[in-house]
Amino acid sequence: MIRVRLNGVEREFADGTTVAAMLAELGRAPQWAAVERNRDVVPRTAYTTTALLDGDVLEVVHLVGGG
Amino acid sequence: MDTLTIAGREFRSRLFLGTGKYATFEQMREALERSGTEVVTVAVRRVNLDEAGSGKSLLDFIDPKRFLLLPNTAGCYTTDEAVRTARLAREALGTPWVKLEVIGDPKTLFPDNEGLLAAARTLAGEGFVVLPYCLDDPVLCRKLQDAGCAAVMPLAAPIGSGLGIRNPHNLGIILETVTIPVIVDAGVGTASDAAVAMELGCHGLLCNTGVAGAKDPVLMAEAMRDAVAAGRKAFLAGRIPKRRHAAASSPTHGMIE
Repeated sequence: MIRVRLNGVEREFADGTTVAAMLAELGRAPQWAAVERNRDVVPRTAYTTTALLDGDVLEVVHLVGGG
Repeated sequence: MDTLTIAGREFRSRLFLGTGKYATFEQMREALERSGTEVVTVAVRRVNLDEAGSGKSLLDFIDPKRFLLLPNTAGCYTTDEAVRTARLAREALGTPWVKLEVIGDPKTLFPDNEGLLAAARTLAGEGFVVLPYCLDDPVLCRKLQDAGCAAVMPLAAPIGSGLGIRNPHNLGIILETVTIPVIVDAGVGTASDAAVAMELGCHGLLCNTGVAGAKDPVLMAEAMRDAVAAGRKAFLAGRIPKRRHAAASSPTHGMIE
């Protein structure tokens, strides 16, 4: 298992989990969302090839109402 | 046709509308519809992973083909946070447009000038179309233009305050100082505020709380649409000079005796 910090909370994922697999496990469709890994945006096109590593800090954001 | 052009994109409506604080998504959709707006702002926030992911989302109620979605960096207090948020928004929406906010104080929500300028330079250098929410400071606005911003968005009054145009003279000087569009942002409480901003010659106006917080947000959206259009027409028409004494409208000769 690997431990990551996801949206400020410690979570565990199986070794080799990709960003795409993480979003699927969380039940989140990638449309209108964005992922940051260790302060860099992960491009949508790299979701299936970017594997999470132990100690990663991840942010998953989406759009909400605002002014 | 009188249109507004920002970074090469043309808009028929000069009213930008926020999407926060509406009672329901349906009400927001109706307000956007009635306002005639073509630019709507949205915020970027963490997905709440404790909630089920099947609920309705904001983007189910806004057609991105009809409206330009303008993500903001509201709530960011540092250059770093604002830059990262803008980059995430670009990936989420596929748009380089950003309403840049770097806040300096939680009580007034006034911007942090140094942080804002630094973020504007970074993002403009990365190809973003940067529209900064800023103080109504002509010198700052000139620096933001020099930094590569596509427009400036000086506040009329504190965000959500509804105080209206607090310093029309500064807005006038900003209009003389910069060549990029001036979009009044924040503090517009009712239709007359919007008309005043447009009569000054401002190129557009963003409103959120003034519409969403009204008793009837949909009707206020329509009022803002009309006020922005009326104020713009009055500006183009050229108002009469103000004078202290009367000037009769009817002929002064030919009176009966």
